[in-house]
Amino acid sequence: MTGSTSSRAATFLSQLTTPFRGLRSIVERWLFQFGNPLTATIVLVQRRIFILPSRYGLLFMCAVLMMLTGSINYNLSLGFILTFLLASLGVSAILHTFRNLARLKISPGKVTPVFAGDVARFTLLIDNPTYLERYSIGVTLHRRESVYIDVPGRQSISVGVPLVTTRRGVLPAGRFTVFTQFPLGLCYAWAYADFDVECLVYPRPEAGRVPLPLADSNDGGGVTRGAGQEDFAGLRSYQPGDSPRHIAWKAAARGETLLTKQFSGRADLELWLDWRHTPEHMGVEERLSRLARWVIDAHGSTLNFGLRLPGLTLAAASGHAQRERCLEALALFKAETQ
Amino acid sequence: MTPGSDKLVDRHISWLLGSLALVTAPHIERLPWWITLLVVTLFAWRAYLALYDLRLPHKWLLMLIAIGALGGIYITYGRILGRDSGVALLIVMLALKLMEMATLRDAMILIFIAYFLVITNFLYSQSIPTTVFMLIAMWAITSTMVGFQFRQRQPGYRYQLRFAGIMLLQSTPLMLVLFVLFPRMQGPLWGMPQDALASATGLSEEMSPGSVSSLLLSDAVAFRVTFESAIPPATQQLYWRGPVMWDFDGYTWTAPRVPYPTPRPFDALDNEVAYSVTVEPHGKRWLFALDLPLRTPARASMTSDFQILFQSPLTNRLRYDMLSTLRYRDRSELPRYEMQRALRLPGDGNPRARAMAADMRKRTVDDRAYINMVLAMFRNDNFSYTTTPPLLRADPVDEFLLSTRAGYCEHYASAFTFLMRAGGVPARVVTGYQGGEFNTFSNYMIVRQADAHAWSEVWLKDSGWTRVDPTAAVSPARVQTGVAAAVPQNEQLPLMLRGEYRWLHGARLTWDLLANSWNQLVLGYTMDNQRQLMQRIGISDATWQTLVIVMMLTTGVVTLALALLLLLSFRRSRPDPVIAAYARFCRRLANRGVTRHPSEGPDAFCKRAAAIRPEIAAAIGSISRLYVHLRYGREAGSDEINELKRAVAVFRA
Repeated sequence: MTGSTSSRAATFLSQLTTPFRGLRSIVERWLFQFGNPLTATIVLVQRRIFILPSRYGLLFMCAVLMMLTGSINYNLSLGFILTFLLASLGVSAILHTFRNLARLKISPGKVTPVFAGDVARFTLLIDNPTYLERYSIGVTLHRRESVYIDVPGRQSISVGVPLVTTRRGVLPAGRFTVFTQFPLGLCYAWAYADFDVECLVYPRPEAGRVPLPLADSNDGGGVTRGAGQEDFAGLRSYQPGDSPRHIAWKAAARGETLLTKQFSGRADLELWLDWRHTPEHMGVEERLSRLARWVIDAHGSTLNFGLRLPGLTLAAASGHAQRERCLEALALFKAETQ
Repeated sequence: MTPGSDKLVDRHISWLLGSLALVTAPHIERLPWWITLLVVTLFAWRAYLALYDLRLPHKWLLMLIAIGALGGIYITYGRILGRDSGVALLIVMLALKLMEMATLRDAMILIFIAYFLVITNFLYSQSIPTTVFMLIAMWAITSTMVGFQFRQRQPGYRYQLRFAGIMLLQSTPLMLVLFVLFPRMQGPLWGMPQDALASATGLSEEMSPGSVSSLLLSDAVAFRVTFESAIPPATQQLYWRGPVMWDFDGYTWTAPRVPYPTPRPFDALDNEVAYSVTVEPHGKRWLFALDLPLRTPARASMTSDFQILFQSPLTNRLRYDMLSTLRYRDRSELPRYEMQRALRLPGDGNPRARAMAADMRKRTVDDRAYINMVLAMFRNDNFSYTTTPPLLRADPVDEFLLSTRAGYCEHYASAFTFLMRAGGVPARVVTGYQGGEFNTFSNYMIVRQADAHAWSEVWLKDSGWTRVDPTAAVSPARVQTGVAAAVPQNEQLPLMLRGEYRWLHGARLTWDLLANSWNQLVLGYTMDNQRQLMQRIGISDATWQTLVIVMMLTTGVVTLALALLLLLSFRRSRPDPVIAAYARFCRRLANRGVTRHPSEGPDAFCKRAAAIRPEIAAAIGSISRLYVHLRYGREAGSDEINELKRAVAVFRA
């Protein structure tokens, strides 16, 4: 009863504030001049830098005001001098903090894909075209974790801004905030950088050991033998799920542990990682996780492998590029209406 | 806003402890011993905890100490909200806050308390040395604050000090503008704590044996005088009039609690002397002027016995212009009540002095002859002038006149006035200062507490109130050249008052000149000065609103100038030699096709470059290592910087 009332109240409230949220975004758009995300370099010119007193700055102002009242009351000439010196220090702190950001050039850097749950690092390249060393430049995404960096004069420094990923897919960086409080911490100067950068988030590979679908099966998955002969490459210890055809029975007969024969596949040996090989009772994301695990393991072996997803087939190949290609397909996979 | 890394490290704590110690140090001499002990213990404890990375004490323990200290302060000072007790409280709070300081936030609060403590020092002293020390303390605090903001590389303490120093220097012009133009107000916003002027020395409304001579050992400045004419009056004419005492209880003379308001009319017999006086705050209402004043300064009034009383006790240095005449005559009648008061003596006590007076009176024809006989007695009957008179108990006048016969000016003034009244001559005691030291460096006169003096005034029919200085009869040197000449050589005097150590004396006068200019220009800067300044730039009768407008405009201009200066410095500032050397190294490699990618760290670039050019891998490695060490390692010496420069100079890609 109460729960429904409160939830209704919350809905009502959110309806009430919705127009204001719209207003707020309009104000922000006008004030901070948000536009479409850029791919090129942003130069921090005056109109891009905003500055406000930090909470220490507000405290500082209070302290200065108290000192001023004290100086007036006791008619302390030197009290006035010190109070005004502090007030002026506050003013020059504004200018110094502003200067610490001014003229920096910000451009987006490369972003390496990560697995869901890992920390994506969005790289920004901060170029300092002036001779003045910039200390303690902070960069943050969505006001979460900040990274601080010094940018010496006439140098470019790249900085990776961390963002924890939760789901596979494409993670746009969103708005970078480049800020500084240097030198006194009394002011907070910041600039927004809207770059059209995104991070590809692969599905999290399934944990634990999931054997590759090496076994021949009726639907033509697993390893298929090509026209050429198979080259025996070596032995590895048996894992549950390995095809009985590849178990080194002779060695087993000698009383050794179960070993599985490994074959170096050239173009003639192909491993097919198929959506249909994943158990049907699993959810879409779990099945993608298993496929991701297979892709990684397949890349770890030297097999040529291909990927079959509903509506998409990637021809068998090997190497790093193939791994990326497959993982990207998994990341971007959109489940059809089942 | 974004918190970032708010953790305090040892470097922050040591900077903070250092600058806080610097701020607290000048207060130590005024604090009770137990607070000093507590504060030093807490400082040491905090340093120890930081050194060994130990946990901070429990909140309850600190609370207990805080309550104990609060009680202690109340017991020691008898109050919590006074000047002295307030400062003590602030210092204890600061030390306790230090004990619970765990984050940068706490540290910043401490910084602000420290700034506050700097100001409280000025409640006690506004001298030049105090100011210099406080500016140094402020520099240290600001450097500490800058140090908190280095999030990545630590450029070292020299850079920190330099940066804070530059910021303070850049703030100075704006500070001056605000100081000159911020509208000053008259008087306190609320009452001053009662103890604000507890330590001021000077004359009081009472005079008993020993009260004036106690001032002799103070060489504090009472006031300074600038004469308008090139030649000041002779020293023996310089009687600076202060409180006038009418009532005697047998031991102590006191000034009337409610003085008669209208000054008596008199004829000036001499040219006027024009001068201005800058009096140090002494917590009482008197202003000093030469006998007799012809003018009443603004916000002051004159009593019938020519004391000048300011509207309120003097809590600030005050400068006023005066006009006096050194010779005067009053031919009017003395009102009955004044006559009675000037003749009144206690019912009994000092019987032998009374008898002596009666005897001398019988042998003289008129008042003048009687006065001269008493003075002749002082001159001839083995009386001596000393700064260390013997103690007087019951019947002090008897004892002084008949047995001890040694005393300071208050003994003579008191005995003389007593004898006058006993002999039927209306008389009163005047206290003030006599003489003064002329500062030849800048033509002004310094009157010190040691120049305090007491004399008598008698009422004579043909001339009115007439000054008689019995001390002059005993020791003419006192009024002609000053205390130093009058006092026997073996008696104690403030250092250098005697005029020994010629060069030291000169240095002292120079220093006083500096202090005087400081007082006039900086400490004595008031509403009146602001008005004069406005007049000079063409704004007559400026109100505070005008001042605010002028202040805003000037502030804007100065801030704009600073902004331009800072933005221009982009071009001007020289690159770090370490960075420049490394940049040259990278250019040389780039010319041979090994270009450093902007996002490539020096280590990564070193590996890549060494792989491409194995034949010079050793040189690449050593230069890169040196660079990384200089740039990201701890404090680097100039030797290592030179080594890097040399290595890059001989590097051939």
